[in-house]
Amino acid sequence: MRGSLRTSCLVAAALLVPLSASANEGLLVMQENPAEWVMPTGNYANHRYSKLAQINTGNAGQLQVAWTFSTGVLRGHEGGPLIIGDTMYVHAPFPNTVYALDLNNDATIKWKYEPKQDPDTIPVMCCDTVNRGPAYGDGKIFLYQADTTLVALDANTGKVLWKAVNGDPKVGATGTSAPMVVKDKVIVGISGGEFGVRGHLTAYDINTGKQVWRGYSMGPDSDTLMDPKKTTHLGKAVGKDSGTNTWEGDQWKIGGGTTWGWYSYDPELDLIYYGSGNPSTWNPAQRPGDNRWSMAIWARNPDTGMTKWVYQMTPHDEWDYDGINEMILADIPVKGKTRKALVHFDRNGFGYTLDRETGELLVAEKFDPAVNWATHVDMKTGRPQVVSQYSTDQNGEDVNSTGICPAALGSKDQQPAAFSPRTGLFYVPTNHVCMDYEPFRVSYTAGQPYVGATLSMYPAPGGKHMGNFIAWDASKGAIVWSNPELFSVWSGALATAGDVVFYGTLEGYLKAVDASTGRELYSFKTPSGIIGNVTTYMHRGQQYIAVLSGVGGWAGIGLAAGLTEPQAGLGAVGGYAALSNYTALGGQLTVFKLPD
Amino acid sequence: MIPYRGQWKIVSVGLLSIALGLIGPIPATAQDEEKPYVIKDGVVDWYTFSGFRRYHAECHVCHGPDGLGGSFAPALVESLKTLAYDDFLEVVVNGREKIGASVQSKMPAFGENLNVMCFVDDLYAYLKARSDGALGRGRPKKQPKPQEAKERDDACMG
Ligand code: HEC
Repeated sequence: MRGSLRTSCLVAAALLVPLSASANEGLLVMQENPAEWVMPTGNYANHRYSKLAQINTGNAGQLQVAWTFSTGVLRGHEGGPLIIGDTMYVHAPFPNTVYALDLNNDATIKWKYEPKQDPDTIPVMCCDTVNRGPAYGDGKIFLYQADTTLVALDANTGKVLWKAVNGDPKVGATGTSAPMVVKDKVIVGISGGEFGVRGHLTAYDINTGKQVWRGYSMGPDSDTLMDPKKTTHLGKAVGKDSGTNTWEGDQWKIGGGTTWGWYSYDPELDLIYYGSGNPSTWNPAQRPGDNRWSMAIWARNPDTGMTKWVYQMTPHDEWDYDGINEMILADIPVKGKTRKALVHFDRNGFGYTLDRETGELLVAEKFDPAVNWATHVDMKTGRPQVVSQYSTDQNGEDVNSTGICPAALGSKDQQPAAFSPRTGLFYVPTNHVCMDYEPFRVSYTAGQPYVGATLSMYPAPGGKHMGNFIAWDASKGAIVWSNPELFSVWSGALATAGDVVFYGTLEGYLKAVDASTGRELYSFKTPSGIIGNVTTYMHRGQQYIAVLSGVGGWAGIGLAAGLTEPQAGLGAVGGYAALSNYTALGGQLTVFKLPD
Repeated sequence: MIPYRGQWKIVSVGLLSIALGLIGPIPATAQDEEKPYVIKDGVVDWYTFSGFRRYHAECHVCHGPDGLGGSFAPALVESLKTLAYDDFLEVVVNGREKIGASVQSKMPAFGENLNVMCFVDDLYAYLKARSDGALGRGRPKKQPKPQEAKERDDACMG
């Protein structure tokens, strides 16, 4: 079924990576085959880069639509398809339908799986009923449903092999993230930071669905899986119960720090990486202290869950700068030395480069010049230097802090960036939106929103555009080029060996740009706004580009009606473009290729 | 001063206590249901402002900024042109759903949620002002918080 390319990659990979005797060394090999797209993040390093070069800067302008497929659902479509052999797996938001499409047979449906889920799950999903896609491993498709059921399906037949339940939607815990298969385990996170859910990362046995370990974002060491002496924060041991001693009383039990982003894995260091989200509630006055370990980058052992190191980016969050964005693993030069780096574009507007072995902070620079809530990150303590004017905690409850950049959407949300080893650059979809934020007292009721702040958002000063698509040099921490976009860029990027970079826009355009200059090469308006991630694969000698359309997510909600400038005073109407004038709901996969 | 507030306080408290097993007719008798807000020289009364604030914390993730609708929940600015106070209350307390092959629409039940129920009149006042066209988009200028509102909030929030 799979060509000789696969076999040659197998040999090449075997030389590079010391394979342990585990059920899933398969994926380490498969991720090297550019004909397939075997995990939502492209590869374990989260590069979202393809070695395919048939589509290049010279011919990308001739791209055309090859075929389309409707998912039958009209809500926000995040994530993207997987391509395993000659089968494409396409998923939908709630009810989380999965289709296996036969690429040899005009994408006819080989099987379809549609779980039955309690509709009560819908209203506890804070920001639309999105799902970021299934994972593949060991002949199985792992779907993480909205109701937190993790289900293993036979990749050939769609037959249910096992199910495990990861959380309780009755208390606001839901599933939106894509799982990741590492060795003989499947790793899943949890959503619900706006409901006071205490975040955790959990590993299940891929053969039985039995829970192997669970590491919480806060709580005693036995919950966070930290060794007070060996687990480090910027090189120093974290000490005993670091996950409770920066909280008052029992607040850590509803402390947030959910884990709904992407996960990466370094097979040599044998560590998985991910970020934890905002502390609950959004009213900082109600939770004094650093609120560890919300808003942190984590490195855990995949077999035991033990934490090797952790780094908290935004202690005591006051703006909802959720730290869950992806960790991209790349070996790049920093200050004249090649480092095993981890690169992360945080909601808080700083682009971080860390040493992924030790957790040492190497670079932290703003990736949107509008960012103003902190002047810089202190490289010794790792702490952002907060500007008092924009501190919603210092200004206090019931006070409206104005002009804070970025908005709670972050300078970038979950939509993943791409890394091209050819240019050495990172391609980052960003938001260029600021906000007013007023925190106030809220009470906690299980299963009800636990927000406690009101906010208004508007484009960053000096322009009318709300997004940028940028190329970033993570060695220096500098923007190389930046393409303004009318709306926030809410689609995951794809970089290719053809030196073409792809992304989607909220109006629905699929765009191809030159990796070295950002020059636009191609643009096509799909039926609905794009918040999905662009994917590429090769079938019968032809390179394809695939993307899901279906506007929604937080961006779809906030921008549907258009933003206003609050300072413009009462009655200012439609100050900025309303997304609803550009696109409507949809749910479609569009696949592109070059003319025959 | 808005006359119906006092009454609503009683109704809201009553609602909260029976919300667990609730349904049945809601004993609503809003007198100032027609115009439950005061706006003078572009400055709104505290309660309407409080409605703005709670709306943007509890409702806007689905109903969009300023009541203008999101990608999957209706524009309440339109709804309140026809939705009477009782119906408004009914939906907020009990929720409502439309579940079908391509539509999965669900309004949550807020009957047990103090952050909503303690301010349900404020929410109504704000949305009504928006829907009447008496109040524009964005954050309104407000009157200071009256002592009465402080007492009301403390009593209700516990
Ligand atoms: C999780 C999303 C969500 C949240 C949060 C939410 N709503 Fe709704 N709401 C909906 C949906 C979806 C509908 C449409 C239900 C239907 O299909 O009948 C709706 C309907 C309504 C209606 C009826 C509108 C009409 O035209 O009949 C009212 C009134 C309403 N909501 C008020 C509120 C208020 C007030 C809040 C905040 C306290 C709120 N909602 C929060 C999703 C939400």
